[in-house]
Order: sequence, then structure tokens, then C-alpha cells
Amino acid sequence: MSTTAPQPVPPSRPATGMLGQLADWFDDRTGYRAFVHEALYERVPGGARWRYVWGSTLVFAFMTQVITGLVLWASYSASAQTAWESVYYIQHEMAGGWLLRGIHHVMAQAMVVLLALHLMQVVIDGAYRAPREVNFWLGLILMKLVLGMALTGYLLPWDQKGYWATRVATNLAGLVPMVGPALQQLVVGGPDYGHHTLTRFFALHAGFLPATLVLFLVVHLTLFRKHGLHAKEPITKPDSLFWPDQVLKDAVAMLAVMAVVLGVILLPALRAMLAGEPVVTGHLGAELGAPADPSQPYAAARPEWYFLFLFQFLKVFEGWGATGEFLGAIVVPGLTLGVMFLMPILGRWNLGHRFNVVFTFAIVAGAGLLTAMALHEDYYALWADRSAYADVEKLLQETGGDDQKLAAALGNDAGKRAAFEKRRHEFEAIRKSEAFLIAVKQAKADAERAIELAGRPEKIPPAGALSLIRNDPLSQGPRLFAQHCASCHAHIDPAAPDATAVLAEASAANLFEFGGVLWAQGLLDPKQVAGPAYFGNTAHKEGDMVSFVTDDLTDTDTWKPGDVKAVIAALAAEADLPTGGVSAAVVKRGQRMIADTDRCGSCHPYGDNETELGYAPDLNGWGSREWLVGIITDPTHQRFYPETNDRMPSFGVSQDGGVPTLSATQIGLITDWLRGTWYRPERHAAADHAAASHAAGDAVAGTP
Amino acid sequence: MSEQQGDGRSLATEQRRGFLTKALAVCCGGLATLPPLAAAFWAVLDPLRRTAGAATFLPVTDLNSLPADGQPRQFPVIADRVDAWTGFAAEPIGAVYLKRDEGSDTVEVLSATCPHAGCFIEMDTESKCFRCPCHNSAFTLDGGIVAPSPSPRPMDSLECKVDKTGGVSVKWQNFYTGIEEKVARP
Repeated sequence: MSTTAPQPVPPSRPATGMLGQLADWFDDRTGYRAFVHEALYERVPGGARWRYVWGSTLVFAFMTQVITGLVLWASYSASAQTAWESVYYIQHEMAGGWLLRGIHHVMAQAMVVLLALHLMQVVIDGAYRAPREVNFWLGLILMKLVLGMALTGYLLPWDQKGYWATRVATNLAGLVPMVGPALQQLVVGGPDYGHHTLTRFFALHAGFLPATLVLFLVVHLTLFRKHGLHAKEPITKPDSLFWPDQVLKDAVAMLAVMAVVLGVILLPALRAMLAGEPVVTGHLGAELGAPADPSQPYAAARPEWYFLFLFQFLKVFEGWGATGEFLGAIVVPGLTLGVMFLMPILGRWNLGHRFNVVFTFAIVAGAGLLTAMALHEDYYALWADRSAYADVEKLLQETGGDDQKLAAALGNDAGKRAAFEKRRHEFEAIRKSEAFLIAVKQAKADAERAIELAGRPEKIPPAGALSLIRNDPLSQGPRLFAQHCASCHAHIDPAAPDATAVLAEASAANLFEFGGVLWAQGLLDPKQVAGPAYFGNTAHKEGDMVSFVTDDLTDTDTWKPGDVKAVIAALAAEADLPTGGVSAAVVKRGQRMIADTDRCGSCHPYGDNETELGYAPDLNGWGSREWLVGIITDPTHQRFYPETNDRMPSFGVSQDGGVPTLSATQIGLITDWLRGTWYRPERHAAADHAAASHAAGDAVAGTP
Repeated sequence: MSEQQGDGRSLATEQRRGFLTKALAVCCGGLATLPPLAAAFWAVLDPLRRTAGAATFLPVTDLNSLPADGQPRQFPVIADRVDAWTGFAAEPIGAVYLKRDEGSDTVEVLSATCPHAGCFIEMDTESKCFRCPCHNSAFTLDGGIVAPSPSPRPMDSLECKVDKTGGVSVKWQNFYTGIEEKVARP
């Protein structure tokens, strides 16, 4: 074969050694030397300059996205039951996954910044002028493609953040006249968000958009080479070559970009290390919110920061209805882009060029201002002083915001009213910001909990992580309690600073640690039983239980030292909660006293005391899961308060053949949450157990 | 101005002297590209860290369901299974053939995975042998090779335990295929 092959002709010098001969042969077949020469020895008029690096850094950023994106693709699964789960796996379980995803996520943001810088440099230098008009237009198309990739990528983790942001973005697409609804349905992949939204967005994000981008990029770079670099006038230095002078500057810029990206990813780790806290790599880089849940409101929904200006801009058109949204989301951005497309034509005249520069700066400044406004609105409560508006809050509470009442309260003075309205507006801004900050905090807690649950040894069920959250007492308990129980019951640690105020508002018992030693101790405390944490705000305030605790229980002839302590421990044992470290004998003694028909057993059925059901709640299994489920399901049941139920609805009983207010699952979730029975990772569970035992032990020790 | 520099080639010759510039450019470019490449490699190699876990005895059936007639019967192997992020509770993870000879309480277990290329071996009741549908490996009812066979070794036998109540448990394992030795996968 080698004897018949034509000898390669060395282009400049004879080949030395086998490697050189091989290179010559390869060049003969491919012409690679000429290609490399063409690529590297491009003339740079006026010498290499830092202002030319932006295009190269963008290509570098894109290549980084391709490398990291392909590997992410190898572990990502686009479906409603696996997208969040696979991203969780990448972020928290896969070796180096956090770094891979972190680079992809932060570099995407860096790309948007670099795009803006590149565009500004091109416009300021007038590099869009003839003969480079087409290349400028290609650049604008490339910008749209990059933004499209950013938008589609945001959804892929299928977390609350991406899900709700995408709902907004696709709903806005539905505003396009005529084709809007069809367009929206095509993008979403059907009438509702689900598997096909993900598969379509993924195909766009990892297939269609990058392939189109590569195509346009090749043409963009070819045209760039065809017309040569547009030198910034005046040229004061001698020309140089792309390699190595400009390449060095480009490489330094790329390194700087990568350093910033890594800095953003690793800074929290450094901070944790300096604070002496453990570094959890899963928390570094890109955030992962709680799994997308269409049934769970997400008040913290915001687009990614570089789209925040559009989000804020839409607020300008608030009150204009769909027309306003159409104007704000489609017409104005469309016109802006239209003007940008006209820049090369306008730039033919000096005045036009100036207009272009001013216009570009105006857009950048406007976007910056809108972004700042959006951030200011969201985080206003962090620095605003709410107490300065106490009078406004008070007046609004007193008048219920009623227009006429307000006017009357302000003495029908128009000046005062105007001043009040201004301050009211400021107060509302604080309140809105507070709500947002609470939502962000909640979102963070939800995300942490979802990640905690996904890390269980049993892993995520095939139904997906959302089913874990929906069946988690810690996630659902507080929500269900707030919705159904909190209108009467408090749930607050009595030691909390604002406990007194909360308890004063509540019209039924404080259920914090219900069934536990602390709760039972308060119940049997003559000072507390008629207080707001127990029967104080209920119809039982003057009932038999209160008089029993205040009168009988203080009778030292009947109740010897240690008796009450034994009853408390026995009650906690019924609830299957820690008994405060007392011995089994003490619990037994307590059980005997509860059953005793001269003591608790005179009203309460317990053990074999034959006290009839119906007068006072059954103490068999008091506070246990089964008991709590029973009383929430139907407090008027014979076991609880058939005659003396005070306002509590039968949540689990269907009224008039309808659906019960709460399902059995929901009642179970509230119960488990009240009892503190939920999954905790081992490292937390040990601490929780120690704290619970300690608190119970302290309480029992303090009881006579 | 640029014409004073001569053509690109002479300029190139001049620039080639800037070895330090070139070295620096290559270093900076290389360093910039290193993090994504490193992260990519790190993540791509992740599967090598995963193992199937130690082989354990899994209950498969009981003696009552396995007549002592020398006839192999197929049973699914049920176990909790973790697939990356998903945990499956009590799911079929494979199959075995159990055989009890007449008058015997000893159970012989053969894996249904073909030692040739990992296909699922079927029972050929007509020919009274095992047969793999992929490449026609055939085995006797004791798992021995019926020559000529593409399979390099007999069917893989598995350890088995019968408890006092007659419960049959099998030590479930996968073995490397295509080699003569029976080597368990980690």
C-alpha cells in the first residue's frame, strides 16, 4: 500500500521523522495546514485589543455549554415523574454532578452578560456597518437563540420555580393574535403541562436550538473572517496576527470568565468553610426547588434574573388587561428588536449611528433600571421600617379599608387623605415584599424537605418525588392545619416570644406537642388549664375538667407528691410519645390512677373502669395516632364529645351525603404532623430524639 | 499602516518568535477549558462507583409449590430494587429455574440468564431441555451444555436454602457472561 501511495509534498520544509511524514501525508489528503493557517494567521488591524475578546468568550461559553450539556443529557430524564428526580440525582448523588450542573447553570447566565457586552461593543464600534450588516443580523438571531435556550433550560429541572415561570412565559405566547392559543398548545405539547412539555422543551433546548445556533454561528464566523475584524478607529499601533497576540487576550478573557463562573459556584463553600460549617456539595452551583406541583401556589415565582426586566416591564401595563400584556410582552420587545435589526441601515448616517449607540445604552440602562426596580420591590421589606407605618396599619384594621370610614377617620380632609394614601401605598409595598420574602423562605424549606425525602434509603417511589411531598406530614401538616384548624386552634411553642399574642387570638387549645409530656403537664396545671392554651377560650372554660384540675388535683390528701407526674407519664405513654424517662412502674401507677373511679376514671373511661362512654373523652389510647384521627374525623363520636362538642366540625364525616371536608389521608397527615411523626435523616433524627426526651424529662422533673 | 508590515506570512514569521505569548495563550486556554472537561469526566465515570450490593438470599417459593418430580419450574425473583433515583418495592428482578428430584427435599437452582450473552433461557418442554432463543444455546435439565453450543459454560447454578417451614430462598447473583469461568458481578 505504502509503495503505491503518492508521496506527500511538504508545503514548506521537508518532513523529518515518522511524525513529520505522517503530518505531511495528512496535510496532502486534507489540506489542514492551510486551514489552520487561515484560522490562526488572520490579520488584526491595529494589533490585538481587549475590546475584541467578547465574541471569542461567547464561543468559549457555548462550547462549555455543549460539553457540560451533553454529559448532563446522559443523566437527565425528561418526563413529569423523572425530570426533577434525575436532576436531584445529578445534583446530590452523582459524582461531580453538582459541579457539572453548576458550570452549565452559571455559564448560561454568563453567556447572557457576554452577549450584552458583545452587542454593545459591536454597536459602539459601528461594526455593523457595511459590509457587515448581514453578520450583525446573524448576531441578533444568535442572541435570540441563546435566550431561547436559557428560557427552555429553565423548565427542565421541573421544579416549582421553572414550572411556574414557564407557565407564565407560555401563557404570554398565547397572547399572539390569531395563532397564539395554537402556538401555546404546540409549545406546551397539549392542553396541559406535562410529559410532552418537558420532551418538547428538552428537544428545543438540547437539539433544535443548539443545532440552529451552530449553523448560524458557522455562517457568522465565516462572514466575520470574510470581512475581517472591524478595527476600532483610530488605529495607532501596528497590525498583528490573531495567533498568538489576540488569542492570548481571548484566552485570558476566557479564563477570567471561567474563574468568575467557578467563583459563583464555590463562594458559598468558601464561606461555609470560613464559618466552620460542613460543605454540602449538593447545595453548591445550581439551585433545585421543590418538585413542580400545579396544586401548590408558588408566590416566589420569578423568572431568571436576566428576564426580570421584562417581568417588571409587564407591570407598567398592569390594569390594561390582555391588551396591556400583549403590548408589554410582545409588541414593545418586538419593536425594540425591530429597531435593532434596522441599526445597520440607520448607521449609514452619522446621526443614525449616534442614535444606535444611544438606543443601545438606553435599552441596557432601562433593563438595568427595571431589574433594580424588580429587586427593590421584592426585597423592600428587608430595609424598610414597618413600624413607621403602625398608624396606617391600625387605621386600615379599624376601618377594614372601607373608603367612607377612612374618609371619616381622616376628618374628610382631602390633603390628609392624599398623604394617607401615599403612606398606605408604601405600607402595601412593604407587605407585598414581606409576602414575597416569606414565600421565598417557604420555597427554600420545601426544596430542602423534598431533597431530604428523596435521599431516604428507600429512594423515590416510581410515582415521583411529588408523591413523597404530598404524603409527607412535615410538608402537608402545617398547610392543612393552617387551612382547617388554625381558625380556632393555635400551634405554637409556649416558650416562643410571640406565644402570648397568638394564644390570645386562638379560640381553642394550643395543639403544640399535643399528647406529649409538656402538653399533659400544662393540662393538669391549675394555673394553665383555664388559660388560653387549654380551655380558656372554649365552652369548657367552666367545665368539670377545669374545676377538677383547680380544685381536686390540688387536694394533697388525695393527690400525693408524684401522683400527677405519674398520670402525665401514663398519658404520654397512651399517646405513644416519650414519657420523660420515668420508669415503667411509674407509668403503671399513673395508669391505675387514671382508671381509678375516684380520680380521672370518675368521668373518663379507661382500662377496665367501666365508666360509660359519652360524658368525657375516652382516655384509652389518648393522644395516640388512632385517637387523634378519631377525634378529627368526628369529635361528636361517643368516644369524645357527643354532647359537649364545642364548635369543632366533623372533618372526616360526609355531610348530607357529600364529600367529607378532609380525606382519611389528609387527617392522617395532620395527625402525624401534630405527633411529630415524620421521616428525618438519621443525623437529624438522633438530635430530634435527644431534644424531645430532654424536654419531656425536664417537664416531668418539674411536676410535683 | 498595515502594508508596512508586509504580507501575513512575514508577519507570521515575526510573531512565531513570541514563544512566551504562545505558551501563555495555550496555558490560559487550557486552564479555562479544564473545569468543564474535568466535571464532565468526573460525572461520566460515576457509574463505575455503583455496585449491585452484596448477594443476599431472597425468598422465592416454598416446597409445596415445587413438586418433587425432577421437572424444572420457573419462578420470579422478587426484591426491592433501586434504579438510580427510583426505589421499587418488591419487584421482579429476574428469574430462576427450581428443580426437586423425586423423594428429595434438596432444591437445585439455575439462573435463567444465559451464560453466553445474557438472554433469557426458556424451557423447551417438547425436547426436555433448556434453550436460549437468542443464539440457540441448549442445556440439559441439569443445566449442562448440549454440544455444539455457543455458550462457554453450563447454566449458572445458584445457592439455595430451605428453611424449617419449607420456604425456599435463593442467593441471587449475576455473573459475567461469555467466559468459561463463572465469575460473580460486583
